[in-house]
Amino acid sequence: SSMVFKRGSVGAKGPRAYPPHQLHHQMPVLLIQDKRRRGQLAALSIAAVVIIVGVPLWWRTTETYRAWLPVSQIKDLAKLQLHLSADVEVVFARGTVTPEQQKKVPLTQTQDEEHTVDGDLLMQFMILRYETKYRTATIMEEDALKKPTAADLSLHMLSESPCGSLVVYVIPESSSLLPEDVNVYIGQRRTALVRISAQMRVGKTLEQLLAQLEPQIKQVLQVMSFSHTDITVALSDRVRFRPGNKESIADSMRAFKSSPGYEITFSLLNPDPKSHQLHWDIEGAVQTYIQPLLTKLSPLANFSMDSQTLYYTMLGVTPRFDSSFEAYTLNADSLAHVINPVEARLGSNAASSNPVLNFLLYVPDIRHSPLYIHDHRKQEVPSNAFHSPRWGGIMVYNVNGFYGSETEFPVHVNINMAKVMGVFLAQLRLLLGVQSLSPPPGFLVAPCGSTGLADWELDRLMWSRSVENIATATTTITSLAQLLDQIGNIVINDNIAQQVSSAVTSLQLAMAELEVGNLGFALQYSKEAILASEKAFFDPSLLHLLYFPDDQKFAIYIPLFLPMCVPILLSMLKIVSEARQRRREKQAKKE
Amino acid sequence: NINPCVQIIIHLLSVISQNSAGQFFSSGHTNNWAVLVCTSRFWFNYRHVANTLSVYRSVKRLGIPDSHIVLMLADDMACNHRNPKPATVFSHKNMELNVYGDDVEVDYRGYEVTVENFLRVLTGRLPPSTPRSKRLLSDDRSNILIYLTGHGGNGFLKFQDSEEISNVELADAFEQMWQKRRYNELLFIIDTCQGASMYERFYSPNIMALASSQVGEDSLSHQPDLAIGVHLMDRYTFYMLEFLEDIHPASKTNMNDLFKVCPKSQCVSTPGHRTDLFLRDPGSVLITDFFGSVRKVELTMDAINLTDPINPVNGEEQKEVYSYADQLPVSEIIHQKPKQKDWHPPDGFILGLWTLILLVFFKTYGIKHLKHIF
Repeated sequence: SSMVFKRGSVGAKGPRAYPPHQLHHQMPVLLIQDKRRRGQLAALSIAAVVIIVGVPLWWRTTETYRAWLPVSQIKDLAKLQLHLSADVEVVFARGTVTPEQQKKVPLTQTQDEEHTVDGDLLMQFMILRYETKYRTATIMEEDALKKPTAADLSLHMLSESPCGSLVVYVIPESSSLLPEDVNVYIGQRRTALVRISAQMRVGKTLEQLLAQLEPQIKQVLQVMSFSHTDITVALSDRVRFRPGNKESIADSMRAFKSSPGYEITFSLLNPDPKSHQLHWDIEGAVQTYIQPLLTKLSPLANFSMDSQTLYYTMLGVTPRFDSSFEAYTLNADSLAHVINPVEARLGSNAASSNPVLNFLLYVPDIRHSPLYIHDHRKQEVPSNAFHSPRWGGIMVYNVNGFYGSETEFPVHVNINMAKVMGVFLAQLRLLLGVQSLSPPPGFLVAPCGSTGLADWELDRLMWSRSVENIATATTTITSLAQLLDQIGNIVINDNIAQQVSSAVTSLQLAMAELEVGNLGFALQYSKEAILASEKAFFDPSLLHLLYFPDDQKFAIYIPLFLPMCVPILLSMLKIVSEARQRRREKQAKKE
Repeated sequence: NINPCVQIIIHLLSVISQNSAGQFFSSGHTNNWAVLVCTSRFWFNYRHVANTLSVYRSVKRLGIPDSHIVLMLADDMACNHRNPKPATVFSHKNMELNVYGDDVEVDYRGYEVTVENFLRVLTGRLPPSTPRSKRLLSDDRSNILIYLTGHGGNGFLKFQDSEEISNVELADAFEQMWQKRRYNELLFIIDTCQGASMYERFYSPNIMALASSQVGEDSLSHQPDLAIGVHLMDRYTFYMLEFLEDIHPASKTNMNDLFKVCPKSQCVSTPGHRTDLFLRDPGSVLITDFFGSVRKVELTMDAINLTDPINPVNGEEQKEVYSYADQLPVSEIIHQKPKQKDWHPPDGFILGLWTLILLVFFKTYGIKHLKHIF
């Protein structure tokens, strides 16, 4: 600040001239004060910039992008109860109800069964509902029931029941459709015939008649539709299992888990091409015998098939010659060691991650022909085949009967594909989860027909698959939400959030459809839910490699921020201490 | 059309399935997987590769196929310049046993063995283009054997000298596997220094862990081979392999015997194990439940009676004729004329060099020569 002579400031006496030493004394004080003021302002503004601009900027640039997830909806899903509903129609044929009972029909009843499920995460309760409609038979149905053969097929022609529903026809005792000791006949389609016994009918009101019929109808429902044990088995990997029903546990371990697709491979193993020249029409056989089943199962999953022939591949076990049977035998205990050496040689065409079902047809070499499989009681197994849970099946096909001892080798053999495919089809059914129930006494189950699967078996599969899919998708989504919540460093991209939202929507829709009883839609929505939830859970970007223990965090930030913060802090402290000193001086001056 | 034979067959089936259901209860698994990882590279870590390959051989011998084994090795031993016997990796001195063999299938080799890939394999979060052989496609009925070897410390394991995995990350990875039910039971074996620290943090159920040394102890190597010049195996794995050589697919040896392998007198370090997270009693767990692959088998009791004749496949369908696609036109390449290269102006280095030479010339001899040139 230089001294400036202003004309206006000249006083009466003339310009006042400060003595030089006083000027110099004044200047440094002002300079110092100015400098200090400037310094304080600088420190304060730096601190302001750091706090107002720097800290938010650092926070925003080091935070991970996390798209919004519908967490509350996911929590609600986990608590949702499972409602399953099936429509049952009970049709009374002529001669089963008295005229006064007939007046009260048609009638609708709803039965709810509540069961607790001891699950770890979800679905503490499930409610099974049967909506039963009672009515009398129409004339066309009566005509169909009078036919001695194929009653259920002709009944099926009249009205096709939608999937998930059942029709039970109650026929009088005098009817000749069923043999003597059989009271219930379960057909190939979604119909069943129940024979009423004489004492049920006479002199009772409709309610008493229905109450008498109820145990039998309930048994039919247990066989043809869902039951509490089936649903618990479908939830078996999420539920702490009390091993009450050994058969159902074995079933759950045998069948493949629900998957959007399966690969089926048929292999012909010829260990002795010098003796046997085998020919199998696999394309035609697959088209005629296996494809109808797979087409019927198409709502459940996609199937792709291929076949191969392997030469010079032996079984891993040497069969023993049994003189009492005049043949070589493989007993049940050694079968477990057969599969592994063969599996190493099987090629696989699978480009996807779908589970593979292997069906092997083994033709024994001439030195070990014929070869039979024996069970634990040394009895021959009629199909000469065995299967392994979640892997596939092997059948041994003996060809020594096709030629005599003086033929010229190699012998050309045409394999009987109908017999082979009959066995493979049975194994395929078991591996895909069609449960092999032993029906209660007095029941007769129709053979499953040329497709290999009865309609009600398909319904059962669809029920258990829907429930399994819903349970799996729910736990996937719930555990994903938990994981993302726990680990704050994982980036959640928009596509993951979108997959999660669509999975949640599909799950809600699937459960709603199950409650109403639309099995087809419920299965479709549950498949969509599973696909979306698996995509979200297994997205490659969700890898948690960002584990920073606290000491490492300090070690990274201290060299960056400490050198910058120390001058600011010290100047702040200096400002504060100076302000305090000034205040003390002022107080001292006052006093 | 109602066949009474079907009833008999159904009864038989129920009897048979009850017998087989009994054997299902001993262990709830239907398939076996193995993830074998060697986390070291360079010639002086020969023994880690030999460890992993020996376990690989045992596991294959006991029945687990290659499609169910994920093998991660740096794989720089067999063809290393310092290997006096190329294409071999020995595990016993005097070159008794070549564990590299003819049919080793390494899924992750070289620089692909990283912490990220290892965690991706375990949790299943692989990019969609990953082939099947590089994936762990286990389900809720799979028993998985995980074997890690390399250099480690208290709470971490070093991967290829550049990164490390901590025990917390490993425990979290196992928890994610459990959440998605990617295993039925897990056996975790680690052969590194202070190996027990790696299993301290596990908290998921159904995991059994073994380590070659406790916290604060070093795992030592077994014996050097003077011809090859490096140590061939680590002690714990060496004695574990001697133990496994006595196991065959039908043997009934249980886990309690595996815990006794390599006591302090042989191993110098104290092996440790952890079974509190495991539901079954270790005495009832067979070695082959994890190291082998004994399949459960059921007899097929019924068959479906198929009577339709096979539809003849439509003969009019044109069978596509495939011809070999010439991927590399060798004949064209051999007889090619050399391509005309386009002219490019001389690049900077040449220009700079000439400028330097000219400057030196004119500095030395004076500027007056310039006018003779320009």
